[in-house]
Amino acid sequence: MSAITDPPPKSFRLSMLVNDTRYRSYTFQFIALVLLIMLVSYLGANLVQNLADQGQNISYGFLGEPAGYDINQRPIPYENQDTHMRAAFVGVLNTLIVAFLGCLTATIIGVFAGVARLSQNWIVRKLMAIYVEAFRNVPVLIWILIIYTVMTAAMPAPNAFRGDTPAASMVLDAVAFTNRGVYVPAPIWGEGSMIVVLVFLASIAGAIYYRRYATKLLYDTGRLLPMGWPSLAILFVPTLLIFFILGQPISLDYPVLKGFNFGGGLHIRGSLIALWFALAVYTGAFIAENVRAGIQAVSHGQTEAAASLGLRPSRIMNLVVLPQALRVIIPPVISQYLNLTKNSSLAIAVGYMDVTGTLGGITLNQTGRAIETILLLMLFYLAISLAISGVMNAYNNAIKLKER
Amino acid sequence: MKKTVFFGALTAAGLAAGMASAATLDDVKAKGFLQCGVTTGLVGFAAPDANGEWTGFDVGVCRAVAAAIFGDPTAVKFTPTTGKTRFTALASGEVDMLARNTTWTFSRDVDLKFEFNGVNYYDGQGFMIPKNLGVTSAKELDGATVCIQTGTTTELNLADFFRKNNISYEPVPIETNAEGNQQYLAGACDAYTTDASGLASTRATFENPQDHVILPEIISKEPLGPLVRHGDHEWGDVVRWTLNALIAAEELGVTSANVDELAKGTNNPEVNRLLGTEGNLGEMLGLSGDWAVNAIKAGGNYGELFETHIGENTPIGLARGLNAQWTDGGLLYSPPFR
Ligand SMILES: N[C@@H](CCC(=O)N[C@@H](CS)C(=O)NCC(=O)O)C(=O)O
Repeated sequence: MSAITDPPPKSFRLSMLVNDTRYRSYTFQFIALVLLIMLVSYLGANLVQNLADQGQNISYGFLGEPAGYDINQRPIPYENQDTHMRAAFVGVLNTLIVAFLGCLTATIIGVFAGVARLSQNWIVRKLMAIYVEAFRNVPVLIWILIIYTVMTAAMPAPNAFRGDTPAASMVLDAVAFTNRGVYVPAPIWGEGSMIVVLVFLASIAGAIYYRRYATKLLYDTGRLLPMGWPSLAILFVPTLLIFFILGQPISLDYPVLKGFNFGGGLHIRGSLIALWFALAVYTGAFIAENVRAGIQAVSHGQTEAAASLGLRPSRIMNLVVLPQALRVIIPPVISQYLNLTKNSSLAIAVGYMDVTGTLGGITLNQTGRAIETILLLMLFYLAISLAISGVMNAYNNAIKLKER
Repeated sequence: MKKTVFFGALTAAGLAAGMASAATLDDVKAKGFLQCGVTTGLVGFAAPDANGEWTGFDVGVCRAVAAAIFGDPTAVKFTPTTGKTRFTALASGEVDMLARNTTWTFSRDVDLKFEFNGVNYYDGQGFMIPKNLGVTSAKELDGATVCIQTGTTTELNLADFFRKNNISYEPVPIETNAEGNQQYLAGACDAYTTDASGLASTRATFENPQDHVILPEIISKEPLGPLVRHGDHEWGDVVRWTLNALIAAEELGVTSANVDELAKGTNNPEVNRLLGTEGNLGEMLGLSGDWAVNAIKAGGNYGELFETHIGENTPIGLARGLNAQWTDGGLLYSPPFR
């Protein structure tokens, strides 16, 4: 038996970097990387040099100085003597608010419209097709402006609510639709209201537990418990009971006319409404297409098989089609959420004070620190986009087909 | 999109630095026209007329500078800018000068690195409000919704004013005067605030101007004037002394009607120096000897510009007030031409 000896290791020669396929791609990638670094540092050095020539520098000192301007929608306390930093933070929160509301509403609209596009009913199907085509193919900025203009032009001004025979009146004495937005009652958290909230949270956990239990029972024994009304009862009955036992600790603060505007209640500004709805219906149209595509990707045989087992159409949708369709739907929907969040930077068109409006708008303009603020803005949008896709990817991993 | 903004900012900064040291006057002469940043439309100050020609009080300054350089008041390209875009437009070299209701402030001069070349309108911030609201003083505006143009000094003054008087308000930020107009007329804001001259001009475009009042309080000082980039003093001098020539012309009684006559020579040496029949002031600026004659002929002297575009016989109807010659109790005071 002759021993197989390894071929003597060939000594490494420089030419192998180009000629040897094992190394060639690394060589070129390395060269590209070096070139990229050189380009970036050239641009950076050029920028710093030019700024220096102009007597300017890159400095974030302005963030600590008083902003000097006011912001109308303030999720946290803010006044004009607070710093630019805090103004930027108020803007960040406003961006997150509209992005959250927009994503939520867009998802609801999108799922509804996507399912309805596949409806057996001709009218419903066509209506949804019109919705999708109309909203997908008109720029979202136009929709923002249309909704805003309609709101300011068509709704009554607050002083139309004044006088003995006012030209406008509040809905149910609680909600006022004005050209400056909608005023709704705001909750007042009295003593003991925390208990009510805790009971409600516990009820949510209870309802989830009940549904788990019912599902398990169904799988183990085949016995089908009713789902709908018991969940509702678990959700609301204990909370309502404790609410009345404690003597109604949560009351409502109704908006009332006060001076130039309504006072009290919660003011949902026209700019927020316009931005929110425009983003929601626009992105909803894209999500509808994703949902439709996802459902159609589930082979028809699955539906037929489920039907032949005797499942009702709603069960087929919920138990057979949607769980499989979701795997196809989630990834494109993630990018729709990202788009919506980035599109929310159009806020300034209607004067909604998002982070582009505060940091990238007024702060930039009043301090002249264009490069600094734009860098910060990029960082913010990058961080928020990565966070959204991180969360959604985690969700996607949780529901995707578990392959063994 | 954000990337574009970033690289835009990079190039803007690069350009700005490149331009700052370059001789703008030579560049303008080589181009054959002046590039002037104006408002997006403020009747009387800068707005296109029925034929699409820009006219107005601020436009008049641009035309005078163009005439001083080229002898031709039409050798100007106008770039409409908003309160927000004006400084980037100037810093990046997109325009050679701004003549756009811009307030001369410390930080714009020192920190933003611009050079103001004088004041062509002494103004202050005011409030406009529909008459039927029955408000007679700005201090009664507690709780009001106020439309305010972003990126302006007026935005900061507004915050100061309400803070000082311990009353609250709801700001509605807007981009342009046209947008502010629309919001105000739709009743989406109770009051509109900006420079008092801007309010007068805006009100003049309303269907029923008499239904709106401008409140008596003037809450700030707003010296409005033309500006150029910091660092090119020769170019700054051209703009500064063209404006001074218009002001001095009024003081010396030189008008667009008699300037040709006076340019033949007078027995007033200052008029002669201004109009180039004595001395070589034009040459010192790098212009021709009759630079001031051309500037004055372009739209008239300061007083003529004022009367044709914003004076009491126009719909805007502004009185000279602070903008009268110092000899008439105003603030206009051109340094001597010698
Ligand atoms: N003087 C103030 C305000 C200047 C300003 O924005 N003025 C308004 C009205 S007076 C304007 O020019 N609007 C025309 C436009 O929107 O383009 C400043 O310099 O910040």
